[in-house]
Amino acid sequence: MVVSDLRVRYGRRTVVDGISFEVGEGEIFGILGPNGAGKTTTVECLAGLRVPDGGTVSVLGLDPWRDAAGLRRVLGMQLQSGELPEKLRVAEAMELYASFYEEPADWRELLALLDLTERADSPFGRLSGGQKQRLSIGLALVGDPRVAVLDELTTGLDPAARRDTWELVERVRDRGITVVLVTHFLEEAERLCDRLAVVDRGRIVALDSPAGLVAAVNAEQRVRFRPTTALDDGLLTALPEVTSVQRHGAQVVVTGTGNLVYAVASALARQQIVAADLRAEPAGLEDAFLALTGRRFDHPDRQR
Amino acid sequence: MRAMNRLTAVEFKLFLRDPAAYFWTLLFPVALVVVIGSLPSSREAGAELGQRGIDHFTPVLVVLSCALTGLFVTPAYLVGYREKGVLRRLSATPVGPVRVLVAQLVVQTAVVATTTVLVLGTAALLWDVEPPANPGGFLLAFALSVPAVLAIGLFLASVIRTGKAATGAGSMLFFPLMFFAGLYVPREQMPEAVNRIGDYTPLGASVAAFGDAARGDWPGPAAVLVLAAYAVVLGVAAARLFRWE
Repeated sequence: MVVSDLRVRYGRRTVVDGISFEVGEGEIFGILGPNGAGKTTTVECLAGLRVPDGGTVSVLGLDPWRDAAGLRRVLGMQLQSGELPEKLRVAEAMELYASFYEEPADWRELLALLDLTERADSPFGRLSGGQKQRLSIGLALVGDPRVAVLDELTTGLDPAARRDTWELVERVRDRGITVVLVTHFLEEAERLCDRLAVVDRGRIVALDSPAGLVAAVNAEQRVRFRPTTALDDGLLTALPEVTSVQRHGAQVVVTGTGNLVYAVASALARQQIVAADLRAEPAGLEDAFLALTGRRFDHPDRQR
Repeated sequence: MRAMNRLTAVEFKLFLRDPAAYFWTLLFPVALVVVIGSLPSSREAGAELGQRGIDHFTPVLVVLSCALTGLFVTPAYLVGYREKGVLRRLSATPVGPVRVLVAQLVVQTAVVATTTVLVLGTAALLWDVEPPANPGGFLLAFALSVPAVLAIGLFLASVIRTGKAATGAGSMLFFPLMFFAGLYVPREQMPEAVNRIGDYTPLGASVAAFGDAARGDWPGPAAVLVLAAYAVVLGVAAARLFRWE
């Protein structure tokens, strides 16, 4: 999948402002950003649901607008907040959507993979949020696509359902399906994605593996411990990795960059100081996002 | 074709699981035949009407079934499908959203046809209402009325965004349109000027066409033109204005 210089405007507002990236086969590629960053618009262009104002897209060699029919046979799309009729039953929905494709996947097997076999006769309206999302993924996969686009997969799910869904995405990838995952969840992107485009205000601000992004911005990490013998702060501040040392009662909090844990642990070992309750808090994507955009990563789920 | 058949079958099942929809479009008109016919006064030939009340009401109830379908069921389903993203989800599949719309119209036409048969059958069986003297004319009236009311429904679904507003607009149109169709006062007893206006309304024209067929005539050219015009004009407008998302 190759996207180059994609541009979309709504009226005068530019929503997608020159986005380019490539996705390799069998990869889980993440598009991460706050609400309104242009993520959904971008994947709608990939799926041929929206015609961009500029730029080109090629999915498995197909142009989403000129070869729309061909694309829909090989690309499965799970839409954000796409529902089904209340009284349509799970098995009926799968069977119906399977009939749309010439060579569909075995929908019964998919239901098993989605842990929905027991709910096969339940109407859509009676499913829990997590079950609805899993069915939605099932409908995106029932055509046996080579690429699956999953948009805001776990928004509104409780943490347990979210974790189950993540596992499912990994199982999907294990079937050899390339996954494009749109998310505003840092934790989700960190856990699932092989590579990640961080999008902010219609532009890609960084593109790398989650670990690579964190390392590249060299965000600050923290190490906490309780020294069992007296410790001179100077010993730590002298280390090049350390930026600051703070004390909270008996606890020492060291902030720094690079291989901070190793640097602190070996400095303590040299002085034969035993550190109790040593805990490392590595920098996460949250810190990386802050460093990249200069803004906190805010989204509604986090305020709850 | 396989997808189209399955979509239609699924839409049928969903309709049968929707008591509100089949109550109003299927059971209610038939129940009215039973209730109206059971009033002794409606089984006596009135001097003004020139026929029995039940003879007058039978075609009106066929039109009522068309109206309830076109004004309430069609827009409610289509607006609901759009609101819920059902149409958008279909856009991302090889089948596309047009066919679910076609499936809906097939289901609703079949429902109106069934109701029509039930209304005529019940009226004939219980109250000796003569079947339409000109069956060909009756079929023509039916074939014009159903597209006209479905076009109204499609048009409403094109310009209305929410399910609530769709129901509101349906009721606002239903009562005046059914007035011109003679649901409350038979057309024969209404002033000439009111019927003149009524002839240009879809349901008024529809009742006139069914009435002609009941008496053994063919639907008059005015009614045919009016019904065809509603079907074409609103159908084209709906095709232009309809949004999938």
